[in-house]
Amino acid sequence: MSLLNIRDLQVEFSTYGGKVRAVRGVNLEVEKGKTLAIVGESGCGKSVTVQSILGLIPSPPGKIVGGSAKFNGVEMIGASVSQLNKIRGKHIGMIFQDPMTSLNPTMTVADQIMETLLIHDNLSESEAFSKAVKLLEEVQIPDAKNRIKQYPFQFSGGMRQRVMIAMAIACEPELLIADEPTTALDVTIQAQILNVLRELQKKNKMGLVIITHDLGVVARMADEVAVMYAGQVIERGTVDEVFYQSRHPYTLGLKQALPSHSRTRAQLTSIEGAPPDLFAPPKGCGFYARCKQAMKVCEMHSPPEYQEGQHMGRCWLHHPQAKGGV
Amino acid sequence: MIPLLEIVNLKKHFKIGKNKTLHAVDGVTLTIYPNEIVGLVGESGCGKSTLGRTLAGLYEKTEGKVLYKGEALPQQYSPKDFARLSSEIQMIFQDPYSSLNPRMTVSEIIAEGPKLVGLWRAEEISAKVQMWLERVGLSAEHGSRYPHEFSGGQRQRIGIARALAMEPKFVVCDEPISALDVSIQAQIINLLAELKNKFGLTLLFIAHDLSMVRYVSNRMAVMYLGSVVELGESDEVFFNPQHPYTQLLIGSNPEPDPEKERLRNQPPLQGEIPTPVNLVNGCRFAGRCPKVIDRCRAETPVLREIRSGHSVACHLVPEGR
Repeated sequence: MSLLNIRDLQVEFSTYGGKVRAVRGVNLEVEKGKTLAIVGESGCGKSVTVQSILGLIPSPPGKIVGGSAKFNGVEMIGASVSQLNKIRGKHIGMIFQDPMTSLNPTMTVADQIMETLLIHDNLSESEAFSKAVKLLEEVQIPDAKNRIKQYPFQFSGGMRQRVMIAMAIACEPELLIADEPTTALDVTIQAQILNVLRELQKKNKMGLVIITHDLGVVARMADEVAVMYAGQVIERGTVDEVFYQSRHPYTLGLKQALPSHSRTRAQLTSIEGAPPDLFAPPKGCGFYARCKQAMKVCEMHSPPEYQEGQHMGRCWLHHPQAKGGV
Repeated sequence: MIPLLEIVNLKKHFKIGKNKTLHAVDGVTLTIYPNEIVGLVGESGCGKSTLGRTLAGLYEKTEGKVLYKGEALPQQYSPKDFARLSSEIQMIFQDPYSSLNPRMTVSEIIAEGPKLVGLWRAEEISAKVQMWLERVGLSAEHGSRYPHEFSGGQRQRIGIARALAMEPKFVVCDEPISALDVSIQAQIINLLAELKNKFGLTLLFIAHDLSMVRYVSNRMAVMYLGSVVELGESDEVFFNPQHPYTQLLIGSNPEPDPEKERLRNQPPLQGEIPTPVNLVNGCRFAGRCPKVIDRCRAETPVLREIRSGHSVACHLVPEGR
């Protein structure tokens, strides 16, 4: 049984302008001890997917209108707040993108890490404090004993992200979700944070979900990859399958839009246009308007998930009648 | 070749309180030739944006000079200097959300500069605006809209049109693609390259994405704590870095290639970039450098050419390598 299993998840936001169909039938699985990377551009629904299953989207306007998400076999969608509270923080940890706004500026770092421990693990104040210091050492904050008494504003961006990680792993969760954990950081600090995450994962045998738009981060971290576009997973497979045998023109386009690291200097191929408006999602394939290989069928009919082994591509080019392929 | 821009020992310090000075740019010497793209990379806080802004006249120079076509640019721009130099040197900003006035239409934004300096006559303004909108891949009807009606990529196109409508020779691009999605980044890079060739522009391309800077620029300068530590042909710096900082910086840049990433086992660079307040003698990188020797702490290394076109500021790099 997989650690997390999301089936046909659908999320909508009601706004003055109408309904935004942010997530339109997402299927995802995370295995114990493995890393799943969810990639996609802003607005593709990657953050909404994970936030909605944890009950973290504001409702209203957000609403899960269909699908299921099972964590260790337990359904999370429709679960009560008290049921979710037993899972969140204890069994599933979450790291947010912006460590500046997601830490409480009026609480010391110690208090924030201890909060989780006091609620979930029934520790005494002094036990929680010494565990919090240990956690800070684990995420490699120098002079943890003294720094733990400081406030978030006294920490740099990279250090704040380490504090976030320490909080998220405090109760040794089975699943850690990191939503763009390094987007706001420099490459050198990013490398440090990714290293910390990888070591913690190995040690605690956690399942890890990394949400990112950086294919370099995906290549460094992921076992499995899900590529999202316009509220759907359009390709899913092992990291090698997705990078070396892409099954969707969008994935291919993303790779060609990046400069290569070889000495040759091939022209960057941009993906023209912009993602579709999810107020009125297209009837057919979401990528139709930007796709160089678009066919007639793509405009009116949304493609199903074509599997080849564990490698899925949501594209009509895999239909037996289609010629060529991606 | 006659340089377009000569930056000589340029310093920009900020007073941040009693006896405290922030050395944002601390003695940068850099020569930029016509028609080239010079990339400028470094971590946040290294002074790369301050350098760009100082070149565009947005900051007063603390020390040193900048020669533009042989003419020394004023230490501090007067309104007259701005009017004269804005049609020579322009700037494209990082954040396409906050760098456009939300209360002006796109036409007003693009036409403001050329109108102010008398580049466009009143009757040709609408035709010129339309031409620029089309040149950056937007259409004429976009002119009457406001910035909030556009996506990030489209806003960056407006920012480019605004800068280039002044018909500058030299453009400082301060992280023009950092705020954009991957599929949009390539669009903007290709547009910049096309316009650069069309108008014979010279660009200073500031970014922290090393592979993009390598791709875009002819030469590349690496900055650390206010000074340039390595400078050379982009491919040379990227594939054959000599300064320990450049080596670590390039080593931490993740490649979109899982096989190569699995083979990578370089430990990440430890520590963080310190604040450039009240700097002491010696190499700025000494505190984080894995190869540090005693001399590094005592003597500040200067940027010197180790072979034609490749300069490094490090005591450990022998000449002629």
